[in-house]
Amino acid sequence: MQENLHRFFRAARGAGVHVSPAESIDAMRAVTAVGLADRVVLRDTLLLTLAKSEDEKKALGACFDLFFAQPEPAQPQGAKDELQDSSPAAPPQPSQGAGDEISSNLGPLAQMLLSQDRNEIAAAIANAAGATGLSGIRYFTQRGLFSSRMLEAMGIQRLRDDLDALAESNPALAERLQAVTEALRETVRDTVAQALALYGREESENLRHEVLRNAPLSRIEPRQVEEMRALIRQIARRLRERYAKPRKRQRRGHLDVRRTLRRNAAWGGVPFLTAWKRRHRDKPKIVALCDVSGSVARVSDFFLLLIHSLHEVVSDVRSFAFSGHLIEVSEILEKKSPEEAMAEIMGKVGFGSSDYGSSFVDFEKGFMASVTPQTTVIVLGDARSNNLDPGADIVKRISERAKRLVWLNPEGRMTWGWGDSEMPRYQTFCNVVRQCATAQQLERAVSDIVATYR
Amino acid sequence: MADPRPSSPLASIAAVEAGLAAQGYIASRQIATAVYLSQAIEKPILVEGPAGVGKTELAKAIAAWRGLKMIRLQCYEGLDEAKALYEWKYAKQLLYTQILKDKLGEVLSGAATLHAALDQLHDFGDVFFSREFVEPRPLLQAMLEPQGCVLLIDEIDKSDAEFESLLLEILSDFQVTIPELGTIAAASAPTVILTSNSERNLGDALKRRCLHLHIGFPEQRLEERIVESRVPGISERLRRQLVAFIHDIRTLDLKKQPSVSETIDWARVLVLLQAGELGHEVVRDTLNVLLKYESDIEVAQPQVTTFVAKAQRQNIFG
Repeated sequence: MQENLHRFFRAARGAGVHVSPAESIDAMRAVTAVGLADRVVLRDTLLLTLAKSEDEKKALGACFDLFFAQPEPAQPQGAKDELQDSSPAAPPQPSQGAGDEISSNLGPLAQMLLSQDRNEIAAAIANAAGATGLSGIRYFTQRGLFSSRMLEAMGIQRLRDDLDALAESNPALAERLQAVTEALRETVRDTVAQALALYGREESENLRHEVLRNAPLSRIEPRQVEEMRALIRQIARRLRERYAKPRKRQRRGHLDVRRTLRRNAAWGGVPFLTAWKRRHRDKPKIVALCDVSGSVARVSDFFLLLIHSLHEVVSDVRSFAFSGHLIEVSEILEKKSPEEAMAEIMGKVGFGSSDYGSSFVDFEKGFMASVTPQTTVIVLGDARSNNLDPGADIVKRISERAKRLVWLNPEGRMTWGWGDSEMPRYQTFCNVVRQCATAQQLERAVSDIVATYR
Repeated sequence: MADPRPSSPLASIAAVEAGLAAQGYIASRQIATAVYLSQAIEKPILVEGPAGVGKTELAKAIAAWRGLKMIRLQCYEGLDEAKALYEWKYAKQLLYTQILKDKLGEVLSGAATLHAALDQLHDFGDVFFSREFVEPRPLLQAMLEPQGCVLLIDEIDKSDAEFESLLLEILSDFQVTIPELGTIAAASAPTVILTSNSERNLGDALKRRCLHLHIGFPEQRLEERIVESRVPGISERLRRQLVAFIHDIRTLDLKKQPSVSETIDWARVLVLLQAGELGHEVVRDTLNVLLKYESDIEVAQPQVTTFVAKAQRQNIFG
């Protein structure tokens, strides 16, 4: 029982539920208290003790169902056996007398398979799984290896010898043994696949995420967009957790005389309790200008998604999108789902050829007032203005008004200044200039921006 | 490990469910399991869920059912040790200092040397920081309750993150440390219920020490039973229709979804208005009981007729 629970905890970790040793001890105690008789109660118990949020409950519930569905793969084999029983019903029966003495020559695995004791076979598979350390499976490439190891542990070698011997002495029985052996292989394969689903999830997910994090955002395939969105949300959650912590901290050494006197009025102004001055830290205010032309659009999409998922950390975000001209998009992003919002933004200003100069003019005319000395202005774009006026003087004025001006460029540093890139001209007015082509770079850039307010 | 004593009413999950039901709290299986486990392995329960699904009510029901005192600590931003745990009675200490000043001559008259006088003074110093001068606040009160009690820490997410750390000792060991007095362990482990509306994420350390129970909106059947037990005067017909209607309303995109407490309030209103069944006139007039935002009412208004018709059909098949 304990062994099984331990395996379940490992599977739970694979499913992304954080199970610490202390929690597993608690879960053990809880399970001892409720007993194992009722599966529904057991499920509730494990959900109560291990999962600590709604998402985790969902993941753990699914994991529980998968885990305890494990004995099932014995089913197809049973079904096949029955088929075999019904169709060539005649041959096994007459050979029974002869079969007895033959089967005494057979290895234990062959005997077990022929006796068709499903429970015994399931137990043997479980034992083999334990002996080969199946719960250590991590990657899908290990499937074949584990299958063959398990079969070996069960004594497939002896079974093969038996098959060869029987093929000459008793072809009918050999055929039957051949069929059940095939069924056994299939069951073992299923068991391994299931184990991979349970225990390997975390590793392969990590690997995939690692790849995804470093993939250029502008060139990911459409089928990966959803995954990337999930990844961005994860990044947003991480940033939130890191930066949403208390905004005020006592500044030691400065006595707040007024509050101290007020607080101690009850005992005649004798200062028993002291009050110290507090400094309220500002939350970041962000104004984001995003180029949504051509190849930069995708990056802008993810960037806007990230910025707008940071409500707890960032108090005030205003977003603007531009290619030929510039519009405010904050409201669209707040109200609609990411897909719809992006579609609408693209419909309004997207995919044009970019004109940084006139877009900056639009911004200065309409929204310059939104830039205050507390604001960080972030421009996301490749700075390729199709040889039109870059509007660098406006960028200079924005930079003077704002706390910081950050330019994120999806292109590599190598290409800045080549062709129609105006990057060097803008660069002089920016506090920070970064390349920002992958999810990882995006995370670092945003993290740094938020950190400057601490 | 505390075993569920056979004589205790907490012998099984079913017993918990029945006990709570006797207090008018209809618990789902998960809730009953959580309450049972919290006794069996002595762990606090952290209850999360939207407002008005009966998180606070659960604590009250447990207290009423087991005949224990309920001590409630309402959390808010800026809540600190002095208000939650204990405080020294400064005024009383001051008063006693004054008295001591007058008596100082008498007290010290017996002392032959300066050393002896100091020793005697030391004894007095200790007196000032004894239990005599401690004002117990809810958390300490809960520890001192000899029969045990139900300690409800309400809306923990409203408090500051530092306050959570203060709770850790109480939650895991049921004890409080007061530097001057030492550690005070609970006479009998209290049943601790923490509630949260998920306004902010709680720390892992806190979550780890608790059973995590999420109460969502109940299923239709369960909600009908809740209304039945809370509003006894309501006809079965109306109850069905009302609950079906509310479940439809919850499918809309609303700022604040109506929860169980709103369902009960609405049922009471309808009973008061002597509505035999759900008609869309009545619904339109009383929609403000159910929905608390003007914009939500605007969203729901056009759907009322459809939902009422659907709810009325409910009766035919149900």
